[in-house]
Amino acid sequence: MLDRDEDILQAAEDWKKAGRGVALATVVETWGSAPRPAGSSLAINDEGTFLGSVSGGCVEGAVVTEALDVISSGQPKLLEFGVADETAFNVGLSCGGTIRIFVEKVG
Amino acid sequence: MDLKTLAELNAERAARRPAFVVTEIDNGAQRLVKASDLAGDPLRNELAKQLRMGKSAMIEADGKKLFVNVYAPTAKLVIIGAVHISQALAPLARALGYDVTVVDPRTAFASPERFPDVSLVAEWPDVALPPLNVDHYTAFVAVTHDPKIDDPALLHAFERDCFYIGALGSRKTHAKRVDRLKAQGATDANIASIHAPIGLPIGAISPGEVAVAIMAQITAQLRLPKESAA
Repeated sequence: MLDRDEDILQAAEDWKKAGRGVALATVVETWGSAPRPAGSSLAINDEGTFLGSVSGGCVEGAVVTEALDVISSGQPKLLEFGVADETAFNVGLSCGGTIRIFVEKVG
Repeated sequence: MDLKTLAELNAERAARRPAFVVTEIDNGAQRLVKASDLAGDPLRNELAKQLRMGKSAMIEADGKKLFVNVYAPTAKLVIIGAVHISQALAPLARALGYDVTVVDPRTAFASPERFPDVSLVAEWPDVALPPLNVDHYTAFVAVTHDPKIDDPALLHAFERDCFYIGALGSRKTHAKRVDRLKAQGATDANIASIHAPIGLPIGAISPGEVAVAIMAQITAQLRLPKESAA
């Protein structure tokens, strides 16, 4: 009910209608002190422009890279970031939680 | 997500109607459930519960892992009366995520100095309320103590299916209000929908405490199943 992600999905629609490749990344599961709740989303276009947040800034860079992959392949991906995962730690979810992010192409 | 699904979802959101996107995580299969189709949906109980909690989450159904993303309209709070209580209520409601509008035709009360950063309408309810699109996702409180302002506002709220309606005043004041509203056509169900005296009984005295009591009651109405809300 208290959804303030108002313009993210509209931006995704507008980008797509303007002919851009677009992906949506959505937090689907969280454990521990994850910074953003399930349902938080990020819209990414094929220029690497993004809107919204899935972690308050910790892993957006990595998500955008994966999203560009999803835009070219069309195959959805489930990403996981957390301190237990060394790679993920490198990209910096330093808040101690774990999050799973579903990345899908808009098409 | 299909562009068609996304466009439909955005249209529902723009119209302030709740919607759900159910995604099968293993293969990306996806469907949009509009509020109007909720009653006939196989997942209606889970979806209704998640809507009430305003919570998106993974669920399991028929052995499938599904992500249910809930898109609920931002709740609005309409406050009739730019009074002392409202000065505490407006910022508290904003902190809780509500879009807040204060309505009071008395310009001495409805001044930006008293209500910084709040949408303020210094008009009578018959002029102020129609453009506000008061709807089900609106909590509506009348706190002026002045029947000329509160009564027409409450009559408007009755027509709009607000999830919460509250009116300030003692039991005695409220009894008089009930008589006046009934004389103007309010039904028993309309009257029963008013929370009065307003707010949870926490012994509130100061405007800030009254604001807490009101927002606690609104929160309960929003989040608890119907039968257990105060």
